[in-house]
Order: sequence, then structure tokens, then C-alpha cells
Amino acid sequence: MSVMRSIKNKAAIVGIGISSFSRDSQRTELRLACEAIKVALDDAGLTTEDIDGLVKQTDDASDEHAVTSSMGMGNLTYFGECRWGAAPGAMVMRAAMGVAAGAANYIVVYRAVNGSSGRRMIPSMRTSGQMSTSDLLQWTFHAPFGHMSEAGRVAMIVRRYIHEFGINSEQFGWVPVVCREHGAQNPNSMYYKKPFTIEDYRKSEMVVEPLRRLDYYEEADAAAALVVTTAERAKDLRQKAVYVLGAAQSMVPETEELNSYYRRSISGLPETAQVGKKVFSMAGVAPKDIDCVQLDDSYGPFVPMQLEELGFCGRGEGVDFCNGGNHIRSEGELPLNTSGGSLGEGHLHGMNHLIEAVRQIRGTSTAQVEDARLVLVASGAGGPASGLILGGK
Amino acid sequence: MSMAYDAEHPIPMPPILWDNKGFWDGVTKHELVFQRCKQCGTWLHPPRPACPRCRSFEKEWAPSTGKGTVYSFVTYRESPHPAFKAPYSVVLVELEEGVRLVSNMVDVKPEQIFIGMPVEAVFDDVSEGLTLPKFRKVG
Repeated sequence: MSVMRSIKNKAAIVGIGISSFSRDSQRTELRLACEAIKVALDDAGLTTEDIDGLVKQTDDASDEHAVTSSMGMGNLTYFGECRWGAAPGAMVMRAAMGVAAGAANYIVVYRAVNGSSGRRMIPSMRTSGQMSTSDLLQWTFHAPFGHMSEAGRVAMIVRRYIHEFGINSEQFGWVPVVCREHGAQNPNSMYYKKPFTIEDYRKSEMVVEPLRRLDYYEEADAAAALVVTTAERAKDLRQKAVYVLGAAQSMVPETEELNSYYRRSISGLPETAQVGKKVFSMAGVAPKDIDCVQLDDSYGPFVPMQLEELGFCGRGEGVDFCNGGNHIRSEGELPLNTSGGSLGEGHLHGMNHLIEAVRQIRGTSTAQVEDARLVLVASGAGGPASGLILGGK
Repeated sequence: MSMAYDAEHPIPMPPILWDNKGFWDGVTKHELVFQRCKQCGTWLHPPRPACPRCRSFEKEWAPSTGKGTVYSFVTYRESPHPAFKAPYSVVLVELEEGVRLVSNMVDVKPEQIFIGMPVEAVFDDVSEGLTLPKFRKVG
């Protein structure tokens, strides 16, 4: 029996679909999901009959059977879920493994969220009766002390990072500025044609110190889908194939979802470091070879930390690297979140970062990086993480 | 300044499970206890069914000195829950035993908190049936 040692170059993204980002989609999440899937299939030149696999995010409101019933899909031979902020990269990895192993031929990855108008995922609104044992064991030590917001959990790690590396927290503003500049160029985004400067950031009020309002993702209603197939099949399809060159999920000892502060050091993102090691080694490339990055910018201060952990700069140097924005703008040496990301396009839990990575390699971004060949995508920060290196071969 | 509560809204009660019951039983008696592995002596928090170092399921609830330092902290300028009146701070205290505990400070303004601040545990009977371990500045 042959052993598949790596999925490098075995699978490709051949279709993408993304909705506009809005405050109120006036649609159910199921409809948003179906619309994005339809766009992705049209983009790929495929029909619903071709699809035999689905990968969804665990918390997504649109179950697989609802999608298949709505879209007239049948005969699925592969389906599954991925969790947390780490889901986007992991979902593509799971789809790539599915087609590479022959479990399915054409797999759709989808995510739809009415994150602005509808159901929000705010832990403080949950009741303990709905929580898992592992969540309860965290909640019991947080909720009675008022430590109840996701941003508060992030802020605890960011404070320690500021302390250990002597960071001026106003300098965190350059990531939100650059992401929103990129969003301003993207007609799909929440920030389209909206100017945003470092002064806006400095004036932004503290919500959970040391985090300001403008360090947060932009709530939005949106959906995205993409189609994954084998590298062989990809050659016969309409679009330039975007190959999965590296893919990894990551947890390390004492990883918690956004409250990993019981381990010895909390000023870094060791899950992201492990993703980096794995995807670079699998793809056989180094940080200097990457043309563009799409990082998890749900909370801006985690971006410089990811740049450090992925090896784009030294520990504690990420904020300096982003300072002034020139290194990370679309014309800089390491363009960041060129569609705007969660801060500047809208929060789709990292799915828009995947779509944008594909557009960069196809050459169709609204903030196109010249001759982009290799794009790194990182999903999840401050908890379980995943990542991809995508390339056009 | 201590944490201010809105009496109209109950403070969220800590869910009690078999794995963390000993901690809250201790707090009710105004004792700060943490899990300690009976086999290798490792202090554990948050509580777990097994020791991540030696994988033993044999643990005991051992008393802490209650002394430590602020390891990190945040200040909520907007309250995520009506029971808590903003602004208020949440501290992550590193105790002498090496474990860290999320808590609140008493008699300290948010602006006075700093990383490395020496603190000691106190017990605050915040409402009927709920006692919380909190910390005050030492010296």
C-alpha cells in the first residue's frame, strides 16, 4: 500500500465566491451560504452535481444537509467540520486531504455569518447550560470576576506583550490603518472609499485596555465559499489553479481558546510558530520567498505577534516592522491583508483572507501585489491555529 | 476603589463541576486552595481531571499562601455584563506556588495597578451565596 507523505501540490483551489460585506444582509445565513457557493461554482465552471464533498465551520448556522437540500446537491461522500478562528486554513487543509485521498472529487468549503445584524458569538450572552465541560472550567474562573468578553481575553495577552517588549501601544495603530486603507480600495468592503488615518486610531476610545475600539474586527454580514479539487482535475478547469503547497493545524501544550495565560510565557503565539515551521517546511520555502500575507487580524495587536512567530521579523520587532505602514502596504516588501481583512473588509472569521490569497495569485486583487506567486494565510491567533501556503506553480 | 456591582443584576455564578468543586468549597470557607498532584507535587490551575506532567489522576486540594504578583491585567472601560459597573480591572495574579488566577483587586484604582505589583488574597462575600477570592496591594 502506498503512503501519501504530503499533500503538497496534490490539491488546488479552483473556484471562489464571496458576498459583499454589509451591516444587514437582509437574508438568512443559509441563503448567504448558498449564494456564495453558487458564485464559487460558476467561477470554477462546475455545477452542483459535480460537488461530492462539503467542509463547514463548526459554529456555522448552515448545516450540510440544509445546503445540499437547497442547492440540489446529492451524493456526498465526504463532509466534516473545523473549529474556532483556526477554521479557514484548516477547512482548506481538510478539503485538500479529502480530494488527495480520493474521498471526494470536488469539495466546497463555505462560511456564512450575519455577524452584524444577527446572531453574534459573544460568550457573555451564552448561558452556562449550553457550554461544554472544557468551556465551563474556564468560565468558572472568569465570569464571576467580570472577565467575560473575547476582547478582554485578548487584552490580557496583549498587555503582557507590551510589558515584555516595551511597546508604545499607539504603534499598534498601523495595522488597523493599513488594513483599512486596503479595504478602502475594495468595493466589497465595509471601508470602501472611507479614509482612515493614524489620527483616527489615536482618537479611538479604549474598550478593554489596552485595546481600543479600532483594534477590533469590523462586524459584518457576509459569506464566502471556495471549491477544492485535485491538482490533476484543476488543470482542466476554467481558472488559474491555486495550489496548496503547505497546510497545517496547530495546538501546543496548554493551548486554550484565547485564554492561554496559564502557561509559562503568554507574550507570544506558539501555535502560530508551529504552523509556520510546518507550512514552510512542507512547501520548501522560507519567509523571504513569501510575496504577500493574509493574517488573522480579528484583533490588530495579534498581527505583529504573528509576523514574529512566522519568522518575518524577530521576537518583539513586529510592532516596529509595522510602524508607519510602509512594509505592509500592498506596494511594500510584505503586503498584509490586501482586501482589508477583518479590520478593513469585514469580519468573516478569516474566510475573506483565503479568498484574497487566491485573488492575489490569480492577479485579480483590488490591491494587487506585483507578480504574487506565494501567499501565506494564517487563521486563528491566541488559540488553536492553522495556516496555508498557496501558490500558482 | 473596589469592584462596583449593580444590585439589580446578579453576578454570574461560577459553574461547579467535580473537577473544580474543591476550589470553590475552599473559597466559601475563606481558604485559597489549588489542585496539587499527589504523585509529582505539581500545582495545577485551572483544575484538571489529570496532571499534565505525570498523567496521574490522584490530586489533592492544597492551601496557597495567597501571596503573589500581578502578572497581567486589563481594564474594562465598557462592561460586558450589567452586573459589573465599568470601569473595572481584571488581574491575572501569579501566586508563589506558580499557578495563575484571574481575579479583581480591592481598594486599588485601575491606574494604580502595574505588572509585578505584590498582592495578597482576600475574600469578598459579594452576594448571598457567593464569595470571591480577590487581591489587595501589599505594602
